[in-house]
Amino acid sequence: MQFFGGSEISPSPPAPTATGNNAHMMYVFNRDGVCLFYREWNRPLHTLNPPQDHKLMFGLLFSLKSLTAKMDPTSAEKGNRGVPQLPGQGCSFHSFRTNTYKLSFLESPSGIKIILVTHPRTGDLRNSLKYIYNLYVEYVVKNPLYAPGTPIRCELFNTTLDQYVRSIA
Amino acid sequence: MPPVGPRSGDAIFANIERVNAELFTLTYGAIVRQLLTDLEEVEEVNKQLDQMGYNIGIRLIDEFLAKSSVSRCVDFKETAEVIAKVGFKMFLGVTASVTNWDADGTCCSIVLEDNPLVDFVELPDTYQGLYYCNILSGVIRGALEMVSMKTEVTWLRDMLRGDDAYELQVKLLKQVPEEYPYKDDE
Repeated sequence: MQFFGGSEISPSPPAPTATGNNAHMMYVFNRDGVCLFYREWNRPLHTLNPPQDHKLMFGLLFSLKSLTAKMDPTSAEKGNRGVPQLPGQGCSFHSFRTNTYKLSFLESPSGIKIILVTHPRTGDLRNSLKYIYNLYVEYVVKNPLYAPGTPIRCELFNTTLDQYVRSIA
Repeated sequence: MPPVGPRSGDAIFANIERVNAELFTLTYGAIVRQLLTDLEEVEEVNKQLDQMGYNIGIRLIDEFLAKSSVSRCVDFKETAEVIAKVGFKMFLGVTASVTNWDADGTCCSIVLEDNPLVDFVELPDTYQGLYYCNILSGVIRGALEMVSMKTEVTWLRDMLRGDDAYELQVKLLKQVPEEYPYKDDE
């Protein structure tokens, strides 16, 4: 299991058991593009160093959201091209799948983006992501020692999250 | 499984963990008393309460969004309704009403008949300039700022000063959409 050593990355959890995690990794970003949280459980290939990886991920999502909203055939409103949309407005994508992984995405109207990368045969993870958002609220937002907008370093959040992700079928 | 639609304030209030109302009121009273002792100037205390409210609001918004599953409000009118009906109900257990919309739809009043923060409270003459519930204006301002709305929240009526209800004026200054934060050359 690779250990990045970057200051904003949480250390990797112990190696998964045979039944183990089928999730590869998870990111949490806030509305300003700061990567609040990154955790990996199973990521054999690293192509970029952590800051570039986070920027790439954030940029990808930002563009995808914008693209999916503009291409919406059912939307009556013709937004101006290039005008940034408010988070949560219009239609927004919730996952994409390739032959090797599935990326699931949730964005709250407050701009918190939760990304979970799992194996490709995973079902709809929207409710799981909502549950993870609830975990974020309970363990991070309500934690008085946590300053909003900074990387998350809460042990309790890490352990609860690991347990929960392990249980996602 | 389809996502759960937004739940009404009552349903959420029933499911959420609650704290004893008197404990809450007395704790808030103790905070205000301590601020008055430490800061002495009523204006300073008002500002400090607003700042505390702001710090609460920026965190409260996530809890609100997570528990109530409301999606993005289409316009400010809907936002005000959601704050009054779902937000106040969920966190304070009271329902507020929204009145006095101006012509553009950017300014409204939220009226609270009943306010748990002020049970047992009377303002003495020396502190007549104090906005006892100023924390609420900070909370609304902070929460709305995290959903891209810059607002200004002021008190129009305050029962502790002799009026018949609590009225907060919420004015939308501007919507601040999300911008791509990284500069292209980085």
